[in-house]
Amino acid sequence: MQTVTREQLLSKAVSLLSSGTVNRVLGWKKGDFAYDVTPSVFETESELQDSFVYNIFCSANFSKYLISETQKEGRVLVFLKPCDSYSFNQLLTEHRFDRERVYAVGIPCDGMMDTASVKALAPDGLTHAVRDGEQLKISTLYDGETSFPFAKVLPDRCKLCKSKKVVVYDEMLGTNGDITDAPRFEEVVRLENMTEEERYTFWQKELSRCIRCNACRDVCPACTCEKCVFDNPASGVENKAIDDPFEEKLFHIIRAFHVAGRCTDCGECSRVCPQSIPLHLLNRKFIYDIDRNYGEYIAGAEEGLRAPLVDYHTDDPETDAVMEGGQKQ
Amino acid sequence: MQRIGVFVCWCGSNIAATVDVQRVADAVRSEPGVVFSVDYQYMCSQAGQSMIVDAVKEHQLTGLVICSCSPRMHESTFRKTAQLAGINPYMVEIANIREQCSWVHKDIFIGTQKAITLAKAAIAKVNLNTPLTSGESKVTKRALVIGGGIAGIQSALDIADAGFPVDLVEKEATIGGKMAQLDKTFPTLDCAACILTPKMVDVAQHENIRIISHAQVEEVGGFVGNFHVKIRKKARFVDESICTGCGLCTEKCPQKKVPNAFNLNMDHHRAIYIPFAQAVPKVAIIDPDYCSMLKNGKCGVCAKVCSVGAIDYQQKDEIIEEDYGAIVTATGYNPISLEKYDEYAYSLSKDVITSLEFERLTNAAGPTQGHLIRPSDGKQPHTIVFVQCVGSRCAANAEKGKEYCSKICCMYTAKHAMLVRDKYPDTEVYVFYIDVRTPGKSFDEFYRRAVEEYGVHYIKGMVGKVIPEGNTLKVQASDLLMNKQLHIDADLVVLAAAIEPDRSARPLATMLTASMDTNDFFTEAHPKLRPVESPTAGIFLSGTCQGPKDIPETVSQASAAAAKVIGLLCKNTLKGNPCVAVSDEMMCNGCSSCANVCPYGAITYESKEFRMPDRTTRMRRVAKVNPAVCQGCGCCTVACPSGAMDLDGFKNQQIMAEVDAICK
Repeated sequence: MQTVTREQLLSKAVSLLSSGTVNRVLGWKKGDFAYDVTPSVFETESELQDSFVYNIFCSANFSKYLISETQKEGRVLVFLKPCDSYSFNQLLTEHRFDRERVYAVGIPCDGMMDTASVKALAPDGLTHAVRDGEQLKISTLYDGETSFPFAKVLPDRCKLCKSKKVVVYDEMLGTNGDITDAPRFEEVVRLENMTEEERYTFWQKELSRCIRCNACRDVCPACTCEKCVFDNPASGVENKAIDDPFEEKLFHIIRAFHVAGRCTDCGECSRVCPQSIPLHLLNRKFIYDIDRNYGEYIAGAEEGLRAPLVDYHTDDPETDAVMEGGQKQ
Repeated sequence: MQRIGVFVCWCGSNIAATVDVQRVADAVRSEPGVVFSVDYQYMCSQAGQSMIVDAVKEHQLTGLVICSCSPRMHESTFRKTAQLAGINPYMVEIANIREQCSWVHKDIFIGTQKAITLAKAAIAKVNLNTPLTSGESKVTKRALVIGGGIAGIQSALDIADAGFPVDLVEKEATIGGKMAQLDKTFPTLDCAACILTPKMVDVAQHENIRIISHAQVEEVGGFVGNFHVKIRKKARFVDESICTGCGLCTEKCPQKKVPNAFNLNMDHHRAIYIPFAQAVPKVAIIDPDYCSMLKNGKCGVCAKVCSVGAIDYQQKDEIIEEDYGAIVTATGYNPISLEKYDEYAYSLSKDVITSLEFERLTNAAGPTQGHLIRPSDGKQPHTIVFVQCVGSRCAANAEKGKEYCSKICCMYTAKHAMLVRDKYPDTEVYVFYIDVRTPGKSFDEFYRRAVEEYGVHYIKGMVGKVIPEGNTLKVQASDLLMNKQLHIDADLVVLAAAIEPDRSARPLATMLTASMDTNDFFTEAHPKLRPVESPTAGIFLSGTCQGPKDIPETVSQASAAAAKVIGLLCKNTLKGNPCVAVSDEMMCNGCSSCANVCPYGAITYESKEFRMPDRTTRMRRVAKVNPAVCQGCGCCTVACPSGAMDLDGFKNQQIMAEVDAICK
């Protein structure tokens, strides 16, 4: 059950804006369709009243936007769902924005839909989708209204949510949740148990669909480099036409390595992928390996945490303890 | 485009036996950039080097690849050759075709193939080399010695004698360290105090040495030549500059029950005390845990009896800040705690003692005025059992004890046994040992005297259990040579406890960014060739903080460390290693990943205004490498997510070019 409503967020935003606590509001802007929600910056109350929206499609993780928003004058209000708050902390740890320029309002979340998931339920003529209690009601041009149990139709990343706890905020709306024990590594284990060929085939099938649109990188809150290696001709891995069928895999492998230990498992990469590639599995494999080798670690759980991959302890496992294909060598 | 010359060395038959050197020279001739290649018997010889110089002139070479031994061996030689020939020394690359090729292969075909590959990799790198110049930094001509035992004393004296000011920091109230507690010293049996205390006086009187006693290093910043150190001088509640050391206060103080740490708590001193008669500085100190004036404001006897008014109950800790060019660590050792060694009944019987306690018992200035008596009843012991290797040479997976040999125990136990037999010939002395290790000048002769002249019973085997029973200690042991069990009723058991680095060493190492081994001994830059230097530039190692050693060895190492310090302080400026990390500010995210992994603390951050491509101005946090501190290890370049951090001389592109050349 969602415990905060659009009206609550709106009145909070309006009051903070009018009291001068913040100068801008980072929020979701409504579009033509219910599922068509765009992250936006609101500067006046009337803009907010007109187009601020909060519904089950407000998945976008705002943390990354703070890097550019905090460069502007004054303070910005940001709404942080549990997922977003981990990214927020991770970015603070990496000194990517000035905390003083942000007013963070924590909001509880028990799952967000995304366009792909809802379209999977009603492929044609989707006009409206709304949550009503434990039900998701979908209207289409042809079939009228259909109901689905909300929890069952959520995308994987919400079904396997790692935490319902907002870990950093200036103010909390509604009640904060807890860290869950969802079995989020089951799919990783399934892949680890495959033979090398099976696994190669799996990734070949998934990654060969990649069109190198860079959406995963652009949305990723861990991908905030001033200049991405893929945009840097000097790096040797810059964007270019694919002349080798392995190249799109290389892109994702390099990206997974770059965010290893810094990925908070927010799942934005898979959400925005127009080709529905389960990209989060690459990152989750790293997280699982880190957990197993160095003890449980959630990037962004606290500001200033030292990630195991850039920290050294004398009792760290030696390479002979490193797993290959899930098997101890 | 570079004009590269390739020089393939035979190293006599070292390389030529398993690598067809001529084929290597031929094979690389067509590589990109190569304009000349040749092979020669000894490239490092005078003739070989002039061959290089001539080739540079004749073929206008801009880069050199030397296929020879490990760069650790002759890289600096060939860099000098390059400089002589008028090209930048960093335009030289070594392809190691000896240690990593000819020496590990038997088959000449395989060896030659690999040598060609290694040469090609080096050529690919030189194609991307750029001339590098070392930066310079000034040297502060003052040294800090941490630890005032014999190691620190010797280092401080040697450095001071060379004319440089030295600060000697000691955590106790007096310098002297462990040696001050010893009775006699092996292998000459001269008294420790007789040879140490004059040195302590030398330190006190030396115009270049300042003793900062009862103090601890609290913060270290900076880098070789320019360390900035904060030292906390703890309050001793006595004004050091006024106290004459007359000792009246230490006789009048009513609090008599303060355990005497110098005598290993075997007797007591007052709440105000001078650690021992020859203490330097000879100044009283108040133990705040026992002084009733400091605890509840009642008493003040010492202040009343002090004729010079040196007592200051209000004294506070003092922070001393100073710059140093070099730092010597001489933090020393301690015997391990024997709490876990109940099989030897150390905590069960007063008559089971450690060797250091034994030293105090036989010392004329000790708690018994040198009379060897049992701590329990004050009677003279007639049977004494010495147990060696208590906590030394333990199995790696043992739950207690150290893996290493503590090195000094064999010799001091022989000394103890000999002293006992000499002074009390009616005493039976048994020594249980695993091995007797006596490598050292006059050491084995010394041990044999104990056995042959003094009739000490040396028994190969370990003591299994010591059981206190009435007035005796029942010792159960095995004699491995006779293959039988022994039962000895002993009056005194002396345990040669393993030694371990002082506890203060670990936090100090962290402050100094100096590396340590798993036993908390400081690591040397090279175990054989640079034994008194830490891998961290400007940090030098003196005495047992680097590993177990006896007094002669400690003193040699202390003087060696001092020689290194003097060599450093003699220079006005230091040339750095130009192969250091550089950050591309335009690409830096300011994320701190590099600073978090930097083992030398070479990376700091600054906020800077940047003109962005879209003509806006932005404040950005960017990394800054201090080239004088950076050791060029490259950790940061790997940790940097954006590739902003790169290592001069080992650019990511250069490494990739090498890998590509090998994989081609």
